Amino acid sequence: MFSKALLKEFKTILGHDKVFTDKADLVTYSYDAAVLDPVIPALALRPTSSEALGNAVRLCNENGIPLTVRGAGTNLSGGTIPLAQGAVILTNALDRILEINTADMYAVVQPGVITAKLASAVADKELFYPPDPGSQAVSTMGGNVAENAGGLRGLKYGVTRDYVMGLTFFDVKGERVKTGAKTVKCATGYNLAGLMVGSEGTLGVFDEITLKLIPRPAHQKAMIAVFDEIHNASETVAAIIAKHIVPATLEFMDNFTIRAVEAFSHAGLPVEAAALLLIEVDGHPAQVEEDASRVEALCRQMGATSIQVAKDAAERDKVWEARRSALSALAKLKPTLVLEDATVPRSKIPEMVEAMQQIAARYNLAIGTFGHAGDGNLHPTILTDRRDKNEWERVEDAIAAIFTKALDLGGTLSGEHGTGIAKARFLEKETSRATIVYSQKIKAALDPKNILNPGKIFQ
Amino acid sequence: MANMKTLAKLVRELEDQLVVCMRCGMCQAVCPLYAETGRESDVARGKLALLDGLMQELFNDPDGVSERLNKCLLCGSCAANCPSGVNVLEIFIKARKILTDFKGLSPAKKLVLRGMLARPELFNRLMEWAPKFQKLFTKPASTAIGTSCARFASPLLGHRHFKPIASKPYHTRVPELDTPAGRSGIRVAFYVGCLIDKIFPHIAEAVVDVLDYHGIGIFMPPDQGCCGIPAVSSGDFETFQRLVRHNLTLFDNNDFDYLVTACATCTSTIKKIWPLLADGDNGFDEAQVADIADRTIDINQLLAPLIDAETQRGSAEEKVFVTYHDPCHLKKSLGVTAEPRALINANPNYRLKEMAEADRCCGLGGSFNLQYYDLSANIGRLKRDHIKASGCSVVATSCPACMLQISDMLSQAGDDIRVKHPIEIYRESRRKS
Repeated sequence: MFSKALLKEFKTILGHDKVFTDKADLVTYSYDAAVLDPVIPALALRPTSSEALGNAVRLCNENGIPLTVRGAGTNLSGGTIPLAQGAVILTNALDRILEINTADMYAVVQPGVITAKLASAVADKELFYPPDPGSQAVSTMGGNVAENAGGLRGLKYGVTRDYVMGLTFFDVKGERVKTGAKTVKCATGYNLAGLMVGSEGTLGVFDEITLKLIPRPAHQKAMIAVFDEIHNASETVAAIIAKHIVPATLEFMDNFTIRAVEAFSHAGLPVEAAALLLIEVDGHPAQVEEDASRVEALCRQMGATSIQVAKDAAERDKVWEARRSALSALAKLKPTLVLEDATVPRSKIPEMVEAMQQIAARYNLAIGTFGHAGDGNLHPTILTDRRDKNEWERVEDAIAAIFTKALDLGGTLSGEHGTGIAKARFLEKETSRATIVYSQKIKAALDPKNILNPGKIFQ
Repeated sequence: MANMKTLAKLVRELEDQLVVCMRCGMCQAVCPLYAETGRESDVARGKLALLDGLMQELFNDPDGVSERLNKCLLCGSCAANCPSGVNVLEIFIKARKILTDFKGLSPAKKLVLRGMLARPELFNRLMEWAPKFQKLFTKPASTAIGTSCARFASPLLGHRHFKPIASKPYHTRVPELDTPAGRSGIRVAFYVGCLIDKIFPHIAEAVVDVLDYHGIGIFMPPDQGCCGIPAVSSGDFETFQRLVRHNLTLFDNNDFDYLVTACATCTSTIKKIWPLLADGDNGFDEAQVADIADRTIDINQLLAPLIDAETQRGSAEEKVFVTYHDPCHLKKSLGVTAEPRALINANPNYRLKEMAEADRCCGLGGSFNLQYYDLSANIGRLKRDHIKASGCSVVATSCPACMLQISDMLSQAGDDIRVKHPIEIYRESRRKS
């Protein structure tokens, strides 16, 4: 596929054992966590220095080789599937935390740094990096920024976008571009970081990322509210937000998910409950106590049948263990799991929850709904077996129905998983023809040969 | 290629288990090999995708997949942390068999597995002779740890600091035992295991002493065979089944309550792999295999509930600090973590101090160490660093295979840290006077 001379050049800039051409290696870079068909790349490259990364990008561009950057390959919309084959560039050897500045509260990282490792290194210095996507134990910061990843704390603390202070990245020619700063304020030039966050590897390749850090909250309080009517739970979510209380986390779990979690972890969850809300407030102890009692009162007022407040750290861990095991518990029920992330304005959560129940019934599918209700980002999770063609057609129809409903309610196709391949054909529905054309013009200007992760975001 | 079609068909037997992997990639967080190499083909998700690839007939020959499949510690860290509950080890073991059947066993493995391991009596005789020759080629490396290294540059031994073969294997010291249950009312069958018999016979002595101390009767038949794990991991089910048959015949005496081993790997193999692979289709009596598997127990697990109040006896002024390494085959496979610590704590002369990541794989992985020594040693050095950082002068672990690796790493680093089995530490305070 490539000339010997070109391969030799790649090996010169990256090192001999950092260029993979064996099919048995390439097959392992053909997929990510999205339920989509794999595409085998022609080449995989593993740069170990910033210079090598820039040179690899340049060489790909000079030779018209499409390139897809891959961190941990945990993407849920197909962002890391090398649709046009070409080269996969692995960032996992660029995994150094370059600086954690406690005086100015920022961190500078290479793109391959693992999210949880950063969070833990930052916590060791009494600081806090809040975004905690479900895959944080393996996901990379480059991937988080490229996808604008979210997590459980979006409601109060925002998402990855809210923590990117500055970037250096390679343009398609391998030239280093700098945007943003290590200062809280920065008003120079275009806000290119704003453009790059969530660009899914289609506009440039990250080199170094500067992230905002915040002080650790002094105190937390977690609770589980049990509801025997699903709409009582979803209306409680809307009511908490309407009262302008902002919990750090406000998670929802429907009966299907509760039963799956209980069967899996025997955590003592009420399997008869129609829905649960898992809530955590944090901040100054006095504020925490006040918020917690207001939330508790509101839950009761909205029809919660019982509320368990975690009395200590161990009980608090149990609450979040139950939530964290939701995806695993559901995953064990059927071979294929489709995790959606359509998101609606928070006042519309009751309608969205009801719609999920109707869609499950209409398409005769097993759908567990849980997720970040507090920020409007539910995770309807469809359990199926992709080998069952008949059922798979119904799954695709159900996904389209979920998207339509979310958009009808004024929401978005994706709260945190990205557009990728999976949602590309629906994007115009959420935006407009003009939006697509405008975006395509930016893409064409910055990447004239269309080699940066082609086929993503737009069809 | 007609051949690859046949292979695809064989791999398809695993399809229902393969589809369970949803490619979430969480195995990357726990795989000790991936932490070292960062290569997707080294982590479970990548290997499962490769098996999928064989099924889809993506490859012209099986070699690339086979090589990558075999480059695995079989430590089970991935399976223990898999959100979807993929039976990773079962899939890998069965796939290794399919590929070995398809490609044939290498001549070297054939010689070792079928020529020696499969014949317990011959293997035992060979190992009685071996110590007489090893001194010609090796010299002592660390007296504290009791390791040796190559006397001359040797491609086989490399830079290893290994525990030499014992001058008198346990089976030559005590060929068999058959004692009735004492005051405990318990009688166990003692399955010694190759490494304990041939390299760590003093562990077997400690086991027998302690069982005796607790008034536990022992049935230990002569000429015990290997549990079969080296054959299983090489995909040689023929040798595995031969060994299981040999051992089943030896222990076909129902006059014992438990079959006890002091080797995490043997325990895990008998409990988990025997019932999985010694099935009716291969002419085994499944009820008999299940019964032996059910009764098989790790020595720590057997003794922990029996620990008596001796703890207070002779409490020392200066305690010896000891740290404990969780063998994968005990923690990840069988969930045994508290019991070996309880045995250590039962000796008042010791104080247990946890190291960081006590359950992180030591990197030995049986034949993985022979084939990929550099990688194995890199992973082992991380373990060594954690042990060293704990500041302890003794490291304990319940698996003689882990003991080999840890001894090699500590000895090469020049550390004065002793490697012990918890049963040795327990025995020190429970010797029958």
